Amino acid sequence: MEVLQCAGLRKTFDDLVAVDDVGFSIARGETYGLLGPNGAGKTTTISMIAGILEADAGNIDVCGEPVDTRHAAGKSEIGFVPQDLAIYPDLSARENLRFFGHLYDMRGAELKARVDEILNVIGLADRADDRAEEYSGGMKRRLNIGIGLLHEPKLLILDEPTVGVDPQSRNAILESVAALSDEGIGVLYTTHYMEEAERLCDRVAIIDSGRIQAEGTRRELVELVGGQDRIKLGVDGDAAMLAESLAQVSGVASVTHTDASLELLTADARTLLPELIAGAAAAGVAVTAVDVVEPNLEAVFLHLTGKALRD
Amino acid sequence: MRAAIQIALKDLRQRMRDRSAIMLGIIAPLGLAFIFSLIIPDIDDINVGLGVVDADGGPIAAVFVADVLEPLAADGLFTLVRLESEAEAASGVESGKVDAAVVLPAGFSAAVAAAEPGVCDADGCVAAEIGVLGHVDRQLSAQIAEAVSSGFAGQLTGVRVALATAFELNKADVGAVSAAAAAASPQIAVSDEVAGSKQLGLSTFFSAGMAIFFLFFTVQFGVSSLLAERTFGTMPRLLAAPIRWWQIVAGKALAAFVLGVVAMVVLIAGSTAFIGAEWGNPVGVGLLVIASVLAAIGIMAVIATLAKTAEQAANWQAIVAVVLGMLGGTFFPVSQAPGILSRLSLLTPHAWFMRGLGDLSNGGGAGDALPATLAIVMFALVALSFSALRVKRMVAP
Repeated sequence: MEVLQCAGLRKTFDDLVAVDDVGFSIARGETYGLLGPNGAGKTTTISMIAGILEADAGNIDVCGEPVDTRHAAGKSEIGFVPQDLAIYPDLSARENLRFFGHLYDMRGAELKARVDEILNVIGLADRADDRAEEYSGGMKRRLNIGIGLLHEPKLLILDEPTVGVDPQSRNAILESVAALSDEGIGVLYTTHYMEEAERLCDRVAIIDSGRIQAEGTRRELVELVGGQDRIKLGVDGDAAMLAESLAQVSGVASVTHTDASLELLTADARTLLPELIAGAAAAGVAVTAVDVVEPNLEAVFLHLTGKALRD
Repeated sequence: MRAAIQIALKDLRQRMRDRSAIMLGIIAPLGLAFIFSLIIPDIDDINVGLGVVDADGGPIAAVFVADVLEPLAADGLFTLVRLESEAEAASGVESGKVDAAVVLPAGFSAAVAAAEPGVCDADGCVAAEIGVLGHVDRQLSAQIAEAVSSGFAGQLTGVRVALATAFELNKADVGAVSAAAAAASPQIAVSDEVAGSKQLGLSTFFSAGMAIFFLFFTVQFGVSSLLAERTFGTMPRLLAAPIRWWQIVAGKALAAFVLGVVAMVVLIAGSTAFIGAEWGNPVGVGLLVIASVLAAIGIMAVIATLAKTAEQAANWQAIVAVVLGMLGGTFFPVSQAPGILSRLSLLTPHAWFMRGLGDLSNGGGAGDALPATLAIVMFALVALSFSALRVKRMVAP
């Protein structure tokens, strides 16, 4: 079931075409990434999808309801987490959550229970009544995301949620987002960090100059540039014999070796790796180290746009 | 409307927590009104003892005493004390028995009637002089005596009022100052003019002036919070919620309205209880307050829609609030000033607010406040309409 379908989105600011003919869909439980450099049109795209910005052209449906600045109803299925902190520093976490809950027509016991639940999820239950201005940066970030999750949206839009975040908090955010898909929430995640898109997203759209240049799973995108995975195995035993044996495994394109290591090229290292390890064991060679190097989205972006992803 | 109410409640919670709204909306105006009313006592609170010496006994002096001084004394402006001689007047002023004294010297009526130069000094020659004795520590009393005497002298030909203060009495020749006068004078009567009955007492004037002056700062918080939502980064989140943009604006306006009305009500109650202000008919005052709050919101909203940042808006709003407040006569009665200033003051809701309260003074009914209320409503309509045309840009992402 699709939680988001959008097509033909276009937005111009005076003479600047910020978004041009953008369209994609997100299924329930799917995490979809918009990967592109600053100024690529990511924020403009999600602003239109969230009903914040009026599109010049195109259609947006969230759970079957049309969404734009004039249709408030469809927005109730969307959770929106802006790039910058969007909390009231002079209110507590509980007050922030309650206020936004009211805007989503939550009230009474339902609201109270959900606020308590979110406070536990984001780890702020013990600081719930302190003013947000007293929180650390990471706590504020968690509250920022918690507000977006409060009304149990079917689609969660996260606009570069890790920009300016310390590594520890960043990791916590990424883990939280990864967990959302398990709960059936469709996630639209914008980032200009290639690693985040690769780690989180089931599918990725590479966007540049307001247009989607390519879309698909990481594997599909990598195949666009003809890239292969490289597997390096550290071994203790007869490396030459093992290389000859593993070269016969289906899916292995080539094998080279030294006295203590092998290097294999394959189309799909993750799928093939267990079979290779088993093959080494069967040949009586101990595997002492494994290193998988996959062609990344950076290379895809470079291939498609002729430029590197940049901050 | 539910979303607008929630936004208003949130804003009010922030304002109460911030406390600046309470400071500017209630404490500052009440405190200033209290201080002003202490510094400048209400005319009703002044107890002036005015001595009068009629050494002349002639008809003009009699008219002055009977038709000028005694009616004013009957109106409570001062207590009139008849004294026998200049010496008694001088000692009375010095001892504090009276605060000031007016001396009508022997021959005063005759000198005025003759209309010939009888008293000469560096300023020239006049037929007669009325002597006024005052004390340096009670100058207001001397000024009242001088003003009353000058008003009378202005109706006569060739009469001057000579003011001597107590610390100069040794040097001043009071007897020479009080020259003879004669001749009939037109009957002079001091009557309470219609305008006078619409004057606010000083405590009421300052309470009302400070209330309307600071009202503009109070509602400023509500209006400018639209810009603050952008500063906090919460505007996109509000716009992403299942509400319409105008509900955000309505919530802000509602918060500003509640803040303004509550501040005014607290000020009215506080100034009545602690300063003795007399605001007049509650319904009429209510109409004026509601109209003024709307006008203040409108004017502050216009400024906010012209500004690019919350800080810029706050600066511009403060300037406009001060200029309108000064021009509108919240610190001093500009509306009674001569010339273009009094006419310019009518370009401010402040002046109409003060005028409306004046119309309610001395027992005026709610209907008496309607003209001023309608004038203020016009300010509100014009300003709110203009800001409505521009406000959508403030809620753009």
